[in-house]
Amino acid sequence: MKIDLTINKQKRTFLVEPNEYLLDVLRRYDYHSVRRGCDNTSCGVCTVLLDGKPVPSCSVLAIRCENRDITTVEGIEKEAEKLAHYFGELGADQCGYCNPSMALTVYALKRENKNAGDEDIKSYLVGNLCRCTGYVAQHEAIKRYLGDES
Amino acid sequence: MEIKEYLKPKSIEEAYEALLSNINNKIIGGGAWIKISLKKVDTLISLDDLKLNYIKEENDFFEIGSMTPLRDLEINKGLNDLAGGIISKAIGNIMGVSIRNIATIGGSVMGKFAFSDLLGVLMVLDAELIFYNSGVISVEDFINMPKIPKDILLSIRLKKQTAKGYFKKVATTHLDFSILNLAIVYNERFKIAIGSRPNIAVLAKRTEEYLNGFKKLDEANLDEVVKISLEEVKLGDNSRGSKEYRELLMKTYLKRGIREVIK
Ligand SMILES: Cc1cc2nc3c(=O)[nH]c(=O)nc-3n(C[C@H](O)[C@H](O)[C@H](O)COP(=O)(O)OP(=O)(O)OC[C@H]3O[C@@H](n4cnc5c(N)ncnc54)[C@H](O)[C@@H]3O)c2cc1C
Ligand code: FES
Ligand code: FES
Repeated sequence: MKIDLTINKQKRTFLVEPNEYLLDVLRRYDYHSVRRGCDNTSCGVCTVLLDGKPVPSCSVLAIRCENRDITTVEGIEKEAEKLAHYFGELGADQCGYCNPSMALTVYALKRENKNAGDEDIKSYLVGNLCRCTGYVAQHEAIKRYLGDES
Repeated sequence: MEIKEYLKPKSIEEAYEALLSNINNKIIGGGAWIKISLKKVDTLISLDDLKLNYIKEENDFFEIGSMTPLRDLEINKGLNDLAGGIISKAIGNIMGVSIRNIATIGGSVMGKFAFSDLLGVLMVLDAELIFYNSGVISVEDFINMPKIPKDILLSIRLKKQTAKGYFKKVATTHLDFSILNLAIVYNERFKIAIGSRPNIAVLAKRTEEYLNGFKKLDEANLDEVVKISLEEVKLGDNSRGSKEYRELLMKTYLKRGIREVIK
């Protein structure tokens, strides 16, 4: 069946099956920045913003996104670049697999809580796993990004 | 998951009829649990168009629509004032923000999960469940029902009360299920629930009764409280923890929780 949704501010029509998850549909339509990890709501690498809120796209049926707004990392390019700058500065990146989902989640946190402290950052990012870095440099980079009002 | 048909009813009646019409039809809440547990369904019934996503604050109660995501409860100002923000404390410890943006309160109740961090909290808050067909059922009665009713949960009602609250989840990491969880509400009288024992949450009624008999508690009374609770609350083993470990957790956190709410 056909569903219309707005993705990164552009209206698009997608052909979906009733049992297809948003992650599968997005990847089928070449949104490869949306990644698959656990496929069971545990790792966060498939995160997209649904109506501005982070959700695990592996667990949201695509059909339920009809007429809703989806944002992938391409939709927050400028903010993602800013975060990438701090990640680079602090060596907070290794393979980069988790980066798009981290960027979207941190961006959502910045919009929700302008004064997020250490504990707020940690608890907001509990569901975003990174297999490489050990989180310390990432945490510092995220703090710098959150404090960057440019 | 195999889905033959996806139905988006325009009324609760239509959803209920669809639910009853075939044993293999199922309601979808947030779908997070269904994703990992359901292999095959004939008609998946969505409640998305039925306006069940809301938190209403009335003079003496809150009413929460069953399709409200857990995260909305967690950050709701009014609910955060209820019993020391016990709801927010319990929800804030469930996985990450993104899953809490999809998992609903309705799915959390209807799943009747033994590991649930919420059912005990709803019990100590005397929550009422409002069903389309069965009407109003207390969460305690719902938990004690041998079978989950084939019905649609419309909303959950929570009485406003000035009470102190305590919630503790013991888990290996933030992404794990509880090894044990405890919820305590104190408002002249105690309400205590122990969950993930590993069985589903129960009220510790004899313990509550003993506590409610005191004007002032001291450490010796707390030792007796622990003794009674260990006699009445059945703890067991599973892969997350042994019975002995759970006993130690219950002893420690029950005392801490009681001390905290009577402070
Ligand atoms: C990976 C993972 C980890 C989790 N960890 C925890 C944890 O640590 N602690 C914890 O407390 N919870 C945990 N949960 C459970 C979670 O918090 C939700 O309770 C769960 O996902 C169910 O909510 P849902 O909206 O996703 O329900 P769904 O998956 O949509 O549905 C669950 C069940 O409820 C039924 N249902 C849903 N809504 C209604 C309704 N309105 N009327 C009638 N029936 C209905 C469905 O038919 C289904 O049988 C976890 C879930 C997942 C997926
Ligand atoms: S792939 Fe979705 S949470 Fe891991
Ligand atoms: S940098 Fe490799 S998973 Fe995060």
